[in-house]
Amino acid sequence: MTATESETTVEITVDGVAVEARPGEMLIAACERSGTYIPRFCYHPRMSPVGMCRMCLVEVDTGRGFGLQPSCMVPVSEGMKVSTDSDASKKAQDGVLEFLLINHPLDCPVCDKGGECPLQDQTMAYGPGETRFVEEKRHFPKPIAISETVFLDRERCILCDRCTRFADEVAGDALIHFMGRGNHTEVNTFTDEPFASYFSGNTVQICPVGALTAAPYRFKARPWDLTETLSTAWVDSLGSRVAVQASRNRVLRVLGADADAVNWGWLSDKERFGFEALNSPERLSAPMLRDAVDGDNREFRQAGWGEALEAVADALGATSPERVAVLGGARMTNEAQYMWAKLAKGVVGTDNVDSQLGDGLDPDLVLGLPRATIDDACRPGGTVLLVGPDPKEELPTLYLRLRHAIVNDGVKLIEVTPHATGLSHLAAHSLRPSPGTTARLVAALVDAATAPGTSGDGSEIEAAARSLREAGDGVVVVLGRMSLAEPADIGDAAAGELSRLPSARFLPALRRGNLMGALEAGLAPGLVPGRMQLEDAGDGALLAGSWPRLPDSLGLDATSVLRAAARGDIDVLVLLGADPLNDFVDRDLAYRGLRGAACVLAVDLFVNDSASLAARVVLAAAGPTECDGTFTNVEGRVSVMSRKVTPPGTARADWMIAADLCERLEPGSTSNLDSPQAIRAELAQISQAHAPITEDALTQNPMEGVLLASPSGATGKAGGWRRSGRPTMGRSPVGRTEPATGPAGREDEHEDPPPEGFLLVATRTMYDDGVMLRHCPSSRGLAPAATARINPADTDRIDIDVGTAVRVVSDFGHIEATLTTDAGVPPGSLRVDWMAPGAPANALIAAATDVTVVSVEAR
Amino acid sequence: MTLSPANEALAGEIIGWFPRPRSALIPLLHLAQAQDGYLTDEAMRRVGELVGATPAEVKGTAGFYEMFRFEPVGTYLVNVCTNISCLLWGGEELLEHACESLDVEVGGTTDDGMFTVEEAECIAACTEAPCLQVNYRYRGRVTPADFDGLVEDLRAGRTGIAGHGVLAQVRQSIPAERLAGVVPPEQAREAPVWLARNEAGASG
Repeated sequence: MTATESETTVEITVDGVAVEARPGEMLIAACERSGTYIPRFCYHPRMSPVGMCRMCLVEVDTGRGFGLQPSCMVPVSEGMKVSTDSDASKKAQDGVLEFLLINHPLDCPVCDKGGECPLQDQTMAYGPGETRFVEEKRHFPKPIAISETVFLDRERCILCDRCTRFADEVAGDALIHFMGRGNHTEVNTFTDEPFASYFSGNTVQICPVGALTAAPYRFKARPWDLTETLSTAWVDSLGSRVAVQASRNRVLRVLGADADAVNWGWLSDKERFGFEALNSPERLSAPMLRDAVDGDNREFRQAGWGEALEAVADALGATSPERVAVLGGARMTNEAQYMWAKLAKGVVGTDNVDSQLGDGLDPDLVLGLPRATIDDACRPGGTVLLVGPDPKEELPTLYLRLRHAIVNDGVKLIEVTPHATGLSHLAAHSLRPSPGTTARLVAALVDAATAPGTSGDGSEIEAAARSLREAGDGVVVVLGRMSLAEPADIGDAAAGELSRLPSARFLPALRRGNLMGALEAGLAPGLVPGRMQLEDAGDGALLAGSWPRLPDSLGLDATSVLRAAARGDIDVLVLLGADPLNDFVDRDLAYRGLRGAACVLAVDLFVNDSASLAARVVLAAAGPTECDGTFTNVEGRVSVMSRKVTPPGTARADWMIAADLCERLEPGSTSNLDSPQAIRAELAQISQAHAPITEDALTQNPMEGVLLASPSGATGKAGGWRRSGRPTMGRSPVGRTEPATGPAGREDEHEDPPPEGFLLVATRTMYDDGVMLRHCPSSRGLAPAATARINPADTDRIDIDVGTAVRVVSDFGHIEATLTTDAGVPPGSLRVDWMAPGAPANALIAAATDVTVVSVEAR
Repeated sequence: MTLSPANEALAGEIIGWFPRPRSALIPLLHLAQAQDGYLTDEAMRRVGELVGATPAEVKGTAGFYEMFRFEPVGTYLVNVCTNISCLLWGGEELLEHACESLDVEVGGTTDDGMFTVEEAECIAACTEAPCLQVNYRYRGRVTPADFDGLVEDLRAGRTGIAGHGVLAQVRQSIPAERLAGVVPPEQAREAPVWLARNEAGASG
C-alpha cells in the first residue's frame, strides 16, 4: 500500500478525539497511527483488505447515525465519527471471538503460537471468558505437510485469508486456496501439488494463529524464552532486514522485519531458514591444520589459534606479495572486509584480490554507474530494464518488490534475459539474446531507444525501445550477469552500452551476500577502500593513515589468479569463504588452480569442497549471527548485522582473524582496531564514500540504515565509470589476443549452433548444492535435480526422447541430466542449472570462452 | 482424464466468448464434468492451464459449488429428499427402498456404476412430496413402485435424462454477428454489432 503524499488531510473523530487521516486510508490504519489499536486478524498493511474475520468491527457514523462497520474495509472520509469502545463495538468483537473460537481447539499449551498468538491475546483483551458452545468441534487430520517445510493444522485455522492472499497477491504462487464451502471451508493445496513456493515461510510468519508452522521452529521454543535482535539477511545481496531470535545461545528463528525501503517484512525461504546451516554440527569450531593435501597425512587435525595463525602468518610473510592471492569475502561484514583488504593490500602488499569468482560484474561498473534504490525501481509508473539474472531465483525479495510494482503500480518491465524468468509473464517486452549476443542486442536496443527517429520496423526490439523512450528519465536498469556460460566482458560491454541511456540508473544484481560491501571495501583488483583506484591512492589518506604500504602493481582478478596458480605462479592462495570448485565458472581451471597453489588457506564456516581438496589451514570463522558489523546491500544501503549468539567453539570473527594477522606481520598496524566500531571509524576516516556511516546515523534509522551516496550522484550523469588499466580482466593471454572492443567488434564464431549442438545457458536457481544449503536440513532436499532444458521446437533436432537421462557434453567436460522441454528457453539454447546436485555446470565451461557449445547424448 | 480433442476445441471456443480467459473457468469445469461425470485432477489441471489459474485456484473455485464432484458418481445421481414435507409423505421410506433395491448405502454407487443414491435436503418441491431428482431432473410423488419403474426406464435409456455432468444435449448455435463480444471491452474499437443494430432500429 503506498500512502499518497498528499497535502490534504481528512479529519475524523476517533472516540471523541479529532484525528488527521490521509485521504483514502483505511480506518483501521488511521486509528492505529493515532494510537487507537483496533483488534484484527485478516487485515495486513502490506496486502489488500478483505474483511474476512470481522474482528475489526467498530461503530462508524458518516452522517446517518452509528452502525457497525469493518474498519479494515472503510476508507476514511471527512467528518467520520468512530467509536471503537462503545458497547455495540465491544459486543460485536466479543461475539466475533466467540464465533472464531467455536471451532478453534484449545490446545494453546502445546501450540507453537501460544504466547505470541493474536487470537489468544485478543481473546484475553476483547473476548468472552467462556464458551457457550458444547457441540463437537471440526476435526481434521493434523497437521498435514503442505510443503517440505510448512505444516498446516486446519483445526486451528480461522480462515482469515492471510496466507492464501499472500500466496496469490504477493508471491504470485497461488498454490494454496480455500477449498469447500460454508463450514466445510478449509485452506489446502491441490491434490499432490505441494505449496512449493520460494516464499512459503512468510505465510507462517503472518498466520494469526498456530495453523501454519515451519519445520525449523516446530516445538523448538516458547516465544517468551526467545530474545531477538534486528539484523540483516546474509544469503543474498539485497540485505533484507530480519529479526534474529534465539534461545539459550542458539538461533531458532528468523523473521522478516518491515523495512519500507527494502523487503517490506517479506523474506525468501532461503533467507528465513538459512540460519539452520549456522547450527549445523559440522560447523568448524576450531582451526584445522594438515601437513599435506594428499597421502596419509591428509586428515585435518584441530589446532589452537596460536599455531594456526602462526602458520598462516609465516606463509604470508615468507612469500613475495605478487605471489599471494585472496579470493572471496562476500560472506563477511563490511568491517571484516575492510580488515582483509587492509591485510592483503596494505600489509602483505598484494593486489591479487577478488571477491567475485568470475561470475560477477566489472567492479568499476558497480562502483561507477549511478545507482538506483529499490524504491527507485519500484516507483509507480516507472520503467525497469532487467539485463541480468532471474530475480526470483537470485534476489527473491527484489522479485517481490518488482512484482508488486508491476502488478499494482503500473511499472513497465523490459527484460533482456537468456531464458524466461519468474517475471516474464508480467513483462511488457521480453528479449531473448542467444548466448554470446547479449551485448549486441543491448547495443541495438540502446541505439533504437536513443535514435532521434524511429525505424518503425515493428520488431520486438523497436517496441521495447519505444517503451524506453517513453520512460524518459526514469529508467532503472537491474544489471547483473545472466548466463554464467558467457564471459564477464559480455555483461560488462552490455552495461557500457546501457550507460548511454540518458539518466539511466543502475541496481546491480550482485551474486552473494555482502558483495557490494566487499567492492566498496576494495576487495577487487585495482581498487582500494572507498571506490578509489589503486593508482590514484598512492599519495592519499591511506598511507597517511594506517596502511603501511600499497601494492606495487595492479593485481589479477579471480580468473587470472587461478590461471597463475595453475601455472605455479601463486604460492599462497587465501579463500575467504570462497569455494572456487563449485562457484568459479571453470571447474577444471579451479581444480588446477587449487592444486597448483603451493599453499591454500581458507577462512570459513565449513570445510567446503575447495578447502577439502587443497587447503592446508582452515580458520574457523564466526557466522553472520555471531558477530557485529554492518552490511552493504546492492543499493549501497548500510545496515547493522548484530551478534545474537556466540560462535561455536573458538571460532572467531573474520575481522579479528585479519587484525591478528596484520599485527603478526606488521606490529602496530591495527593497534587501535579492537572493535567493529573502531574499524568503521577508521574506514570512515580514509574513505569519502564511507564517511556517512557514523554510529549516530546507524542508530538514527536502525530499520533502513544509511544509504551511501550514488557514485555519480553529484552530477547525475551517466557514464561516470571508466575502465581501469587492468590488463587481464577475465581474458586469457593465450586465448583471444585481441580483447573485445565492444559489441561492434564482436563477431562471434558461434552465431548459430552446429546442427547437432546447442548453446549453453547456465543460470542459478535459489536452491542448489551450495555448501550452506547442504547444511540446512529443511532446504537440503529442495535443490532441483539436474535437467537439460531445451525449447520444445528443438526436440526434432535430436533423436532422444524427452524425459530420459542424457549426458550434456561440451569440449571441456560433461554432466548427466534429464532432458526436458521448456518453452522459456529460446530455440538453439540449452539451459542447465548452475549447481545442481551431482551435475556441476562449471564442468562444461572454460573461462573466457564466448559461447559454450554442447551436445546431448543418450546415456 | 484430461480433455478430449473435441472438448479442447470446444474449450478454446468457450474461452473466446469472454473478455478474459479466467471468466471461462466455470463453463470449462462444466465441460470437464460433462466429459467424465466428475472433475478429475487431470481435467482441473488442464482447465487451469487454459484459463491461466493454478490447480489450487481451480479446485478452490470448483469446491464452492456443490454440484461439482471430485469423486466418481454413477451415471445417474439420485437425490432423495427427506426434508419435512417429504418426510411426512414417505421420503425416508423412499430412500430406504432406493438403497435396498439398488443394494447401496446412502451416498454409495452401484457396482455397475449406474446409480448413486444420496439423501438431499429440501429441493423446493414440497407440493410434490415425496420427491427426488435424477441428475437434478425432478420426479414428484414417487412411490416405491414408481421408483422401480424409474430405475427400469433409466437402465433402458427411456427417460431422455443424460448422464451425470451433461448440462446440454443440444448445443447452442449463435451466428457470429450476434455474438456478444469476443474482444476485451477496453480493446473494442467499435460498438458491438448488436448495439449498432439496436440503434439503427430505434432511429428508423
